[in-house]
Amino acid sequence: MTADKDYLTYPHRSYGMDHSSYEWSMLNERAPVAWPNGKKLALWVNINVQFFPLDQKSIPFPVPGGMTMPYPDLRHYTLRDYGNRVGIYRFFDALDKYGITSSIAMNTLVAQRYPYLLNKVVERGHEILCHGEHMDALHYGGQSIEEEAELVKRSLEELRTLSGQSIKGWISPAKNESPNTPQLLAANGIEYFCDWVNDDMPYSFHSDQGDLTAMPLSTELEDRFIIMNNLHSESSYKEQVIDACDFLLDEATTQGGRILALNLHPWLLGQPHRIQTLEQVLEYLSNQDAIWSASPMEILTAFKSQA
Amino acid sequence: MKQDLGFYDYWPYENRPKIQWPGGAKLAFWVAPNIEYYELDPPQNSFRKAWPQPTPAVAGYSIRDYGNRVGHSRQMELLDKYGIRGSVSLSTALCDHHPEIIKQCRDLNWEFFSHGIYNTRYTYGMTEDQEREMIRDSIKSIFKHTNQKCAGYLAPALSHSELTLDLFAEVGSELFGNDAGIYTCDLFHDDQPTPIHLRSNKRFVSVPYSLEMNDTIAYVANKIEPRRYGQMLKDNFDQLYKEGSNSGTVMCIPTHNYQISCPHRMKSYEEALEYITGHSDVWVTTGREIAEYYLEHYYDESIRDIEDKLRQKS
Repeated sequence: MTADKDYLTYPHRSYGMDHSSYEWSMLNERAPVAWPNGKKLALWVNINVQFFPLDQKSIPFPVPGGMTMPYPDLRHYTLRDYGNRVGIYRFFDALDKYGITSSIAMNTLVAQRYPYLLNKVVERGHEILCHGEHMDALHYGGQSIEEEAELVKRSLEELRTLSGQSIKGWISPAKNESPNTPQLLAANGIEYFCDWVNDDMPYSFHSDQGDLTAMPLSTELEDRFIIMNNLHSESSYKEQVIDACDFLLDEATTQGGRILALNLHPWLLGQPHRIQTLEQVLEYLSNQDAIWSASPMEILTAFKSQA
Repeated sequence: MKQDLGFYDYWPYENRPKIQWPGGAKLAFWVAPNIEYYELDPPQNSFRKAWPQPTPAVAGYSIRDYGNRVGHSRQMELLDKYGIRGSVSLSTALCDHHPEIIKQCRDLNWEFFSHGIYNTRYTYGMTEDQEREMIRDSIKSIFKHTNQKCAGYLAPALSHSELTLDLFAEVGSELFGNDAGIYTCDLFHDDQPTPIHLRSNKRFVSVPYSLEMNDTIAYVANKIEPRRYGQMLKDNFDQLYKEGSNSGTVMCIPTHNYQISCPHRMKSYEEALEYITGHSDVWVTTGREIAEYYLEHYYDESIRDIEDKLRQKS
């Protein structure tokens, strides 16, 4: 048994990354960032409003949170739809109670299917990000560029038309991409995307169609990741957010402004037994004088004004 | 395939010769940050897939990059605060990709040991010569970039062959005599160092590197809540510290900057480090120092004790 020769050759073994999508850069060596009004920590709350189709194709993999049972998997379909009918309205109340700004990452199919919810989101003034067409419309390596180009264009055009917003932000379903995703997003007027979890601050991401900004939206601190993937308790989720907040506030005092990004799912934290956890988290955060609650575009604008 | 590779003999934990660490310490404590490079698009290995999704595997690749971009400096600062020098389990290609990290560790007099070249290149499927060449490349890289003669080994992504330990020890001798290739972190059979049988009969030890305390095993495989992980570290310490009165023990915390250095996990880690280093009779040290001290003071006595006990049984 012999490994192929290329298994012991290392074509990218040189300074920086093993690809050219972004520059290697250590966070603590960058110039400090100052947020408006002397705040130390920008709080970005992003709420995912998602549609998981019952006829899930799972190409090239089953989306986390999607159908797992034989068709028709009404159990998971309706549990996810619960977020759009019930959970999101509990979220709105909690946000209003503590005066927290949030963005909404919406599957385009939600905007098409639930105009009431879309109008509510628009009326309330949330910045809307496109979260792809729906949760089973994955962007993935091996997908034809023509198919993906059409998917990106269709998802964005429709959401822009229905919402009346210019839609500058993007989160891929399952945060999964093909090698072409960044350039297709850039070609379709996206300014920032949130799939790459390699930083706690924005950075420039190159594509053949122009540069994007990668915005930090932690998966490790996501409600879905902690509660559904890791099976941690609600109280542990709260502790983890609080510990992250305290740590980042502390780091910001010596290294400049930081971002605490909370990625949330109404079908999960919007359940009756969990909404109080969200309220407690928001209460804690709203009591921190050094926190600036802002939309991602506000954060990005403040960031870019100093770069 | 063999039922057992014969690296060590059965040696009951009770009634062993008493180990005392320098200064009469009961417990040798070391932290092993794994500083790794995972490739975005590695060549395929037919035994093990590097990534679950087709390239680019954004989720897995980017969180590991987070460890280097964001996490490393956090953990380094924390360890320095508690007087701990890291023993770096190094993907040695990182010397080429991210020399800034190597320099920072060097400046703090940290130890570097080999964790292969990339953590996306597995030992599976290599011939003996290929594995030897990979190990030689990694040891030479460490010397070239840090001037250190690599003492320890942890196979890349814990991918082993039957000959991994032999090859590491032999290449170490070939390049640097008995200064290199003296300990392994690949075996999890004990809470004290143990002599390892090699085909070369080189004096070589296993230094405990606890998988149970490994942050990635705790957080990813066992899905432990961060504050409970902090408590597990303290509990692990308490027991080994107590037993260290009878004979010195080793506690290791193997870490990964993409796990431990996330903002929501730093507090419980810091509390555990503060607790452990706040005790007297704890030798805060490195993998190499444990291996060398053991080889000098206890290796021969241990061999005699093991052989005596095997004879008594038979």
